Amino acid sequence: MERELVLSVEHLSGGYQAGGFLKHGPYEEVLHDVSFEVGKGEILGLVGESGTGKSTLAKLILGMVKPESGRIVHYSERPQMIFQNPYSSLNPAYPVSWIMEEPLRIMGVKNKEERKARVLEMLKLVELPDECLEAKPHELSGGQRQRVSIAVALIQQPKFLIADEPVSALDVTIQAQILKLLKRLRRELDLSYLFISHDLNVVYQLCDRVLVMKDGKIVEQGSIEEIYNNPQHEYTKQLLSAVE
Amino acid sequence: MKKRNGYLTAGYILTGIIAVFVIVGFFWKPYDPTAMMTGPKFDPPSLQHIMGTDNFGRDIFSRVLEGAGSTILISICTVMIGAVAGTVIGALTGYFGGIVDEVLMRLNDALTAFPSVLLALVIVGVTGGGKYNVILALGIVFIPSFARVTRTAFASIRDVNYIKSVRLMGANPLRILLVHMLPNTLSVLLPAITIGFNNAVLAEASMSYLGIGIHPPDASLGYMLSEAQGMLRLAPWYALFTGGVIVAVIFGVGLIGEGLQRRGKETL
Amino acid sequence: MLEIKDLRVRFHNRSRDAVAGVSLKIEEGEIMGLVGESGSGKTVTAMSVAGLLPRRQCDYSGEILLDGKELLHADRSILRTVQGRKIGVVFQEPMNAMDPLMKIGPQVEETLKIHTDLKPKERKALAIEALKAVELHNPEEVYGKYPHELSGGMCQRAMIAAAVVAKPELLLLDEPTTALDITVQAQILELLKKLNAESGISMLFISHDLNVVRKLCKKVAVMQRGVIVESGNTDDVFYNPRHEYTKKLIDAIPTRERREE
Repeated sequence: MERELVLSVEHLSGGYQAGGFLKHGPYEEVLHDVSFEVGKGEILGLVGESGTGKSTLAKLILGMVKPESGRIVHYSERPQMIFQNPYSSLNPAYPVSWIMEEPLRIMGVKNKEERKARVLEMLKLVELPDECLEAKPHELSGGQRQRVSIAVALIQQPKFLIADEPVSALDVTIQAQILKLLKRLRRELDLSYLFISHDLNVVYQLCDRVLVMKDGKIVEQGSIEEIYNNPQHEYTKQLLSAVE
Repeated sequence: MKKRNGYLTAGYILTGIIAVFVIVGFFWKPYDPTAMMTGPKFDPPSLQHIMGTDNFGRDIFSRVLEGAGSTILISICTVMIGAVAGTVIGALTGYFGGIVDEVLMRLNDALTAFPSVLLALVIVGVTGGGKYNVILALGIVFIPSFARVTRTAFASIRDVNYIKSVRLMGANPLRILLVHMLPNTLSVLLPAITIGFNNAVLAEASMSYLGIGIHPPDASLGYMLSEAQGMLRLAPWYALFTGGVIVAVIFGVGLIGEGLQRRGKETL
Repeated sequence: MLEIKDLRVRFHNRSRDAVAGVSLKIEEGEIMGLVGESGSGKTVTAMSVAGLLPRRQCDYSGEILLDGKELLHADRSILRTVQGRKIGVVFQEPMNAMDPLMKIGPQVEETLKIHTDLKPKERKALAIEALKAVELHNPEEVYGKYPHELSGGMCQRAMIAAAVVAKPELLLLDEPTTALDITVQAQILELLKKLNAESGISMLFISHDLNVVRKLCKKVAVMQRGVIVESGNTDDVFYNPRHEYTKKLIDAIPTRERREE
């Protein structure tokens, strides 16, 4: 069965080069031979503990780090990212309205009215009141900030989003609301996510398929039901038993 | 959550008072600062000459207004040159890193290796003295410190999420530097400017004091201080008022700098 | 053994009480969970018990009794005899809570140095015993290492060792597992259970994570906006929550049972 893809990653390896100009430090490989695909409309979970290379994988996919070998193919334009810490993902110097308009300005939407209209539409979509527009980021709560971050990420109308631990800095009740919002947005805007998390229960709630990563390798991947009900790899079993 | 910032208020008041005097001094002074024998020689402060007169019978108050005006003007221009050039260098090196960083910062280090006044002296020695050459010389000397401060500020927010996110949106580097990063470096840049201004006042004063800055008939506080030294016994008020104004300017601007720095820390 | 009576704390720069009348009792050998979201006042409550309240920046009233001794208004000199000796504290970020320039051993010994006049050799023996008790392999080797040479989980174990080395009666744990990976989290919880079972030390466990509290604590108090809205046996509270907020909290926990579209 041929499914429509938004992203395919083939035999990707990558890492960081230490040192700077004139002196090349040792190259440290973080990811080893990683392959997976994200289908259209799919939420793919990526679980693993800190230091396994989840964030490096996100950077590679978005081109912030150059791959050492392998291939990354995007089937959608302008993939965006939602970050873990909603406190550092919004520019503290500007009000929310300016921050939300900025991606449109960058895209070249010159008409001010059009930008304003798009911002209002987006604001409604992430369920924020209009009053938020005038606020500076530090005047918002953590949950509100994360909603603004989501709105900013979506305003260029990408079809694929990478969410790096987007709810782990939030209180549980807020967490639940943001997860619900992400689900609804996927349905309404026909989005696909790569959802990075260390919380297996959150992944279970949200994702269709899941990748389990350890030490820079994908040790297991499959549908949520397969992985959670019938884990094959020792590490997956260990992770699951920790949240029993 | 507006908290009153005593340093800032005090600094603004003190600097404001000086600024008012200096601005008024540009248009009107009680006497022509170069006119001799406006009163008796070495006349102590009185109602006619509130700061007294010097060896030529010139009105010291008028001379202080004139001198403070040119000292402040020179310092502002100096800081502008240093801050603008330094920020450009700092922004480029801090944001791009790599080879740009290496080359520019090594040049910067080379410049820092000379004691700043000495370097300014060399430049003035080559170009000759006078207002504009002093400004140019001090401006160049001030670039490295600004470059260093802004480089650190830019480098520290280069990888913050909101900058990453606009990069993903496809913003060009110029826009990222100017629109997204610069406002967030102001909390570091503004205090640096005030400190730089004070250093410029002092550097200009010491250069003119050494006799290699401003030439007569121009006057600056430093030049006047060196004049006053010669008549310290006959007209101690000359040195007192000239030095006092230098201290007041530095104190006022220093308070603003301290206030800005504290405010910057609070908002971080 | 610990009794908090009508504790109220308000910081000068806030309009709302951070803690608005909290009363709480911990019996000998009990593990009490204190749950709530950020801003609920759980950390301020713990700080008050540990004597870490910034007294000049807030108004406070009420009583905190440890074995009948009042702590909230007590003199600093009295507090110092209690801190470390009777109450041990473990913080969330193990890496931040340790002095990066000091080896693990001396950090673990610190409270002994302050509160006892044991000889260096005896102190070292006790420290190694504590490191062994928190199940660090090769305690002698860990003793001579710097914090950055340990993993997060090992660091947190060392922190716990430092908190229990003087054999306090009460262990205050402020989100001790939040910054850790889940598999490590599970191990630390096991360790705490073991320590409690073996030495009978009482614990006040502060967390935003109800799942963790459920695994460790026998009793639980739920805080919201500075007050305890519900408390009781953990099982009762979980399976039979009475307060609206508790229900909301429990509903919000992501679990594998409910997965609605």
